[in-house]
Amino acid sequence: MSSRRSRSRQSGGSRITDDQINDLVSKLQQLLPEIRDRRSDKVSAANVLQETCNYIRNLHREVDDLSERLSELLATTDTAQAAIIRSLLMQ
Amino acid sequence: MTPKGVTLNTNSHKIKFARRFIRTLLKMRKNAPSSSSIEEIRKRSQRIKIAAYSSMAHAVGSRRAWSRAILFKLRNRARHHGMMRRRSMKKRVIKNDPPGDQSQTNKLRQLVPGGKAMDMCSLLEETAHYIRSLSTQVKVMQTIADHFSK
Repeated sequence: MSSRRSRSRQSGGSRITDDQINDLVSKLQQLLPEIRDRRSDKVSAANVLQETCNYIRNLHREVDDLSERLSELLATTDTAQAAIIRSLLMQ
Repeated sequence: MTPKGVTLNTNSHKIKFARRFIRTLLKMRKNAPSSSSIEEIRKRSQRIKIAAYSSMAHAVGSRRAWSRAILFKLRNRARHHGMMRRRSMKKRVIKNDPPGDQSQTNKLRQLVPGGKAMDMCSLLEETAHYIRSLSTQVKVMQTIADHFSK
């Protein structure tokens, strides 16, 4: 689905240039706490991609841990606490 | 309301995600108020995890390839159980990756939903968006957990 769309964008004559890729890679770098502050010419694209993978894996792990924690908490919460959470919704 | 097509509005995604996710949590709690066996907790944490990814995909909507991929998977979840398990689906990989980054790019494709079918530019764009959404997701889940444990 999505590939068809993005391919048609490409086939409009404009090949993806190295500049475009570099631009996107440095945008990605800005999002990575580990290498955000490093100068972009000091970090290779492969490096950014590797850090990106690590970062996504960490975030996935955090979601796993938090799901577990929430599941445990859900067993022990009382109605009053649920009301507090519900009130968060209204803010 | 902001018009469609403008840059990512993380804040509105955050609120939409939080609303949807909390609603699911409260529903789970209501339906199984005193289940605290280890097995139950484990099963429920799996459901919470799916709810979290699903809520975020819904909050982002179908304008992004990664969220479309998640929503698509969810729709087929009834048939193929275990949505978050990586399946060895043979999907065609579009090859215009920069040389040398091949293995890193492939790893990234495994991690970003729908990544296997993206060209390099889309993959990078979608990855950036996915990372931002994931961090929002984690932050909100953290906030909720902290509130629950008070």
